[in-house]
Amino acid sequence: MRFVLIGQPNSGKSTLFNQVAGYRAETGNFSGTTVAYMDSKVRVSGEVINLVDLPGTYTLSGSNPAERETLRYLRTHEVDVIVNIIDATHLAQGLSLTLELLELGFPVVVAVNMMDEATRVGLAIDGAQLQGILKVPVLPLVASKGRGVRRLFLTAMDAVNSNGKTQRFQYSPDIEIFIAKLSASLDGAESAFGPDAVAIKLLEFGQDMMEMVAQDAPDIPQLINQSRKKIEQMRGKDPVWVISGERHVIARNITDQVLVQGEHRLGWRDRLDDILLHPIWGYFFLVGILLLFFEVIYGIGSIFEGNLLNVFTEVENFLLNQVNGETLIGGVISGIVQGVAGGAAIVLPYLIPFLIGLGIMEDAGYLPRVAFLMDALMHRMGLHGKAIVPFILGYGCNVPAVMSARMLEDRRDRFLASALATLVPCAARLAVVFGLVAFYLGPRIALGIYLFNLFVIALTGRIISALLPEDTPGLILEVPVYRLPTIKTTLNKTWFRAKEFIIEAWPILIVGSILLALFNFYRLSEWFNLVVKPITWILGLPEEAGVPLIFGILRKELSLIMLRQALGVADFSTALTAVQMITFTVFVVFYVPCLATIAVLRRELGSRDMLVIAGITVVIALSAAMAARGIAALIF
Amino acid sequence: MYNIVPIQETTQIEDTMLLVDVDRDACIRVTKFSEGRGVGAKLRQLGIMPGEKIIVIRKAPLGGPLLIDIQGRTVAIGRGVASKIEVERIECDSS
Repeated sequence: MRFVLIGQPNSGKSTLFNQVAGYRAETGNFSGTTVAYMDSKVRVSGEVINLVDLPGTYTLSGSNPAERETLRYLRTHEVDVIVNIIDATHLAQGLSLTLELLELGFPVVVAVNMMDEATRVGLAIDGAQLQGILKVPVLPLVASKGRGVRRLFLTAMDAVNSNGKTQRFQYSPDIEIFIAKLSASLDGAESAFGPDAVAIKLLEFGQDMMEMVAQDAPDIPQLINQSRKKIEQMRGKDPVWVISGERHVIARNITDQVLVQGEHRLGWRDRLDDILLHPIWGYFFLVGILLLFFEVIYGIGSIFEGNLLNVFTEVENFLLNQVNGETLIGGVISGIVQGVAGGAAIVLPYLIPFLIGLGIMEDAGYLPRVAFLMDALMHRMGLHGKAIVPFILGYGCNVPAVMSARMLEDRRDRFLASALATLVPCAARLAVVFGLVAFYLGPRIALGIYLFNLFVIALTGRIISALLPEDTPGLILEVPVYRLPTIKTTLNKTWFRAKEFIIEAWPILIVGSILLALFNFYRLSEWFNLVVKPITWILGLPEEAGVPLIFGILRKELSLIMLRQALGVADFSTALTAVQMITFTVFVVFYVPCLATIAVLRRELGSRDMLVIAGITVVIALSAAMAARGIAALIF
Repeated sequence: MYNIVPIQETTQIEDTMLLVDVDRDACIRVTKFSEGRGVGAKLRQLGIMPGEKIIVIRKAPLGGPLLIDIQGRTVAIGRGVASKIEVERIECDSS
């Protein structure tokens, strides 16, 4: 049995998915967090169900790739029931999509989510009446707290078993004539949807939707064009507008019948925006919040880093005392210990607080506000405010950042946003910045590197957009209400993202450390170092930094962990000068994104663009590191 | 077919303007906007279409976007887009 979750962005679809499927989908309080669909098996009263979370979509025939995904999925997969999630506080908008879903003919169950929030803003929804109007089951839901989830799934199962057919709503008689005519000529043509549904989509979008019709219908395109032209003459508007407009009106009428708007009290949420989006104070708070964010990460992380490193050094010494440190075994042992220590002492202490903080900012709904505040600035880089989302996600990991660039409508924007997002120091590079620069030189310098990074990104954006002239449609982004993040969601989300490091990256770190030990033992490192010598020489770094820099392409943290091993010191300050630390870090931050990012760039943009971006980053890394070397030499 | 009605001597000025020029807290109604480059579709998805009532909640400084309220939903709209949306002023309490 396959259940498909469909809902508008921010309706809490992914929250519901995570409630039942464990934490697998990225959720966030801004639209477009789910860019690809998620599939999971769940057990409901003894039966195994395939639960699919599709990207949030306002309509079934949206303009960007993420939105088209939904219709394509429904067309190409066996779907037993659609679970349609509606945000109770935006009932009319949500019902527009419901009306579209009812046209398709699949069994539909409607879940009105965020009932707690609706009550808080004084909205009362008559569920029974809504059920009567839509003629499909309507259930209340508070997905964030898991309320109503079980009942929803049981109802959905009933809907499958009783094969509840849906009934679509009627458009104006003059439009229905065209639907009937087109539908009649489609009869017999194979399609996953009923002929009416196909006819409506064809009238709305014309030739673009021809892929819905089997090829052996030669006279259909002509009929579509004629009908569309007539509708346009009749109503003086593009049929797209006519049909979606009518749906909108129906949705509004239904809402008027079932919704009672009580007193809307101005709550703290409304007042909060007066401060956080204030033309002046808003920016103070933005900088303040980010500063606080860094101080806290540093504060927590450095306590753990210092103490844990001591512990691991003792462990290593103890183990090396058991065997001869100069042997191959000795080298491998210290490789393993240092690989484990790197993850536990250098990466996790900063990664975990960072992910918690990012999760809180996301779920609270602050990120779209950052997009609002930063839109003007982003325009100087040839992008618009929405491109801030890949940037902010990029601070966690570049992979979801590049994927989220899909929500930008324009290919040029996607290229530019992806290219710039790979320059954003992800959590792995955060480990290098904090583990090396912040730990030895202080958090201010680390913040300096972050600001310098922003400057370089902005400059790169300007240069690239000068080469690819801006033609962006601009920012159109829903700004959700503030929500108090729940501890459960935040921790789940943190675990979900940290797991990626623990399971995928940490083993690579350990293997990398062992490899380096082998290289050292067989004196292979010297050869590698020689190859990279031009770079290390130009940057004034010790020759031994060559191998760590090469391995950094696998995982950025690896650079730092292997550097410690390559230099043969526990304390970096004994082997590197402050200027060298900064130069090394800046280079690591910018040069070639890690293997996983390269893979996702290739998937999203193609091999050519992937190579172009990788090439650009090397040039940027060299120039930025040389500039940083110069600046650092002036300071120290 | 058209009835030609003589215009009476009133000071009725057509109150059409661009969304980008609207002041904060003003209530307006969308009259039309140009399609193109996916903007129209995107606006429609968010329920912004001719005839809809909009309140401009705030405006970001330095050429930043506008924050509007449409049917209780808050949407940020960049200046570029806002300068393509034609609106007319309406009374704030009418629905």
